[in-house]
Amino acid sequence: MSVLVYTESEQGKFKKNAYEVASYASAVAQMMGTTVTAIAFNSTENESLGEYGVSKVINVKDDALATFNAGSYASSIAEAVKSTEAKVIILSSSTDTKYLAPLLSAKLSAGYAPNVVQAPDSTSPFTVKRTVFSNKGFAHTQIDTDIKIVGVSNNAFGAHENKTAISVDEIDATTDATTNDTKSLEIDKVVGKATIADADIVVSAGRGMKGPENWGMIEELADVLGAATACSKPVSDLGWRPHGEHVGQTGKPVASNLYIAIGISGAIQHLAGVSASKTKVVINNDPEAPFFKAADYGIVGDAFEVVPQLIEKLKAFKAQNG
Amino acid sequence: MKILVCISNVPDTTSKINFTDGDTKFDTNGVQFVINPNDEFGLTRAMWFKEKQGAIVHIATVGGPSVEPTMRKALAIGADEAFRINTEPTDGFSVAKQLAEVVKNGSYDLVIGGRESIDYNGGMVPGILASLTNMNFINSCINLEIDGNNVTAVREIDGGKEKLSSALPLVVGGQKGLVEESDLRIPNMRGIMMARKKALTVVEPIDAIKATEDKKFDKPAPKGQVKLADSVDQLVDLLHNEAKVI
Repeated sequence: MSVLVYTESEQGKFKKNAYEVASYASAVAQMMGTTVTAIAFNSTENESLGEYGVSKVINVKDDALATFNAGSYASSIAEAVKSTEAKVIILSSSTDTKYLAPLLSAKLSAGYAPNVVQAPDSTSPFTVKRTVFSNKGFAHTQIDTDIKIVGVSNNAFGAHENKTAISVDEIDATTDATTNDTKSLEIDKVVGKATIADADIVVSAGRGMKGPENWGMIEELADVLGAATACSKPVSDLGWRPHGEHVGQTGKPVASNLYIAIGISGAIQHLAGVSASKTKVVINNDPEAPFFKAADYGIVGDAFEVVPQLIEKLKAFKAQNG
Repeated sequence: MKILVCISNVPDTTSKINFTDGDTKFDTNGVQFVINPNDEFGLTRAMWFKEKQGAIVHIATVGGPSVEPTMRKALAIGADEAFRINTEPTDGFSVAKQLAEVVKNGSYDLVIGGRESIDYNGGMVPGILASLTNMNFINSCINLEIDGNNVTAVREIDGGKEKLSSALPLVVGGQKGLVEESDLRIPNMRGIMMARKKALTVVEPIDAIKATEDKKFDKPAPKGQVKLADSVDQLVDLLHNEAKVI
């Protein structure tokens, strides 16, 4: 009866959030006096999970599952739940995982608590703290079912080293026919660039940039910092930037270590969506902009002057500090 | 094609969030309720299917009589008929079970719900509903085309998008992108008048056991004062030495 964690990988390599959810699973297992089993798909670096408290990996090797498929992945995870007799399943908050989580929940009749921000309040009854109302509040949610699914918020718990002896089982995908018939036709994804979901730093800009032609400096600033770029809702509605960059209540949530908001006044919906970020910096020429009340650091000034200066300063800083 | 749009009745996005009864309940005092934004994108896409492909559009909401104004608004936007499942929505799992009954009884080809509601952010109702009714499921859907039984859809993925093919019957977790913000409709007087005459059927709930319970709520700790830097040099220094984020 171990804790089962789904560790996501891409082209064989674990995503950053895999080590975070493994660490979370390890914390839960310690509270329950049990061990952690991970399930992965076509991973080539299974042993690395031993650094984060995982003692066994079930690696599903199947070329048919090279591309994520919510139905087939959920079937294989459900199979692993049965074979390990796991009562607690730990998942990440990636878009793919939020796609399969409800399928798994239905398959196992398991209560699912998403957006969980810390180790369980208690494991008997099983109660977790999660964000609700788009980060404007928290709920302490009790999961009443026999099998429990916990979705851990991005960057909320962190990865914690906990060296553990590990064994790896390579298995084939379950032949259980999936009821979810979808086929991937084409994936359009920027490679080699940080995404809003897993970037340590996000550089975001709003209507204060005056037009899409002025985004060069935002992208340059993001490049210097190794950051992902994001934007406010009006900017995406105006078509200045793609929808995928819209962050806020109806867009993507941000939970980065550093969030830099440039020319964004800070509507309540925007603030809700980015409030899980640890350090927030605001650059705005309006000292009355509501975002200053929600920020940690700020500069009152014209973005068109401040951002180029910041790029130069950071380049010099990077050259000096490596 | 017969479409069901599942609509959640949620606080307006500008609402201040407070809790009451010893922090065990959401305080609805002074709160304006609206159609969940992610559901509204789905409803508007359903209107497109109605106008271009002759689809019939029904809506369903789980809730007490207080959710009816929000449902009437959806009817005023153009849905043909509504079903209210007469029980308080508690957790996502039991809401999905209630909706599954409506789906089974109505033999729908397409069910659209929001990717998540902006109140409890569960994000599970469409997926659980798809499993319970043996329908295909596409989440975070930002484009949806239907030709006969064939579905072509685009879903958002971290850092990009994925184009998928599938088939009806299908459940979609919708969001912005299904239609643009500028496509959303404000009901006109004629729509509002017509909505009053459309059927809003009250359905009694089935016994569905709760899978999760929100026992207590709290609010984030108040934010400290912002530190304003006089120069870019000072800002970089603060971020490096104090916040230690660069």
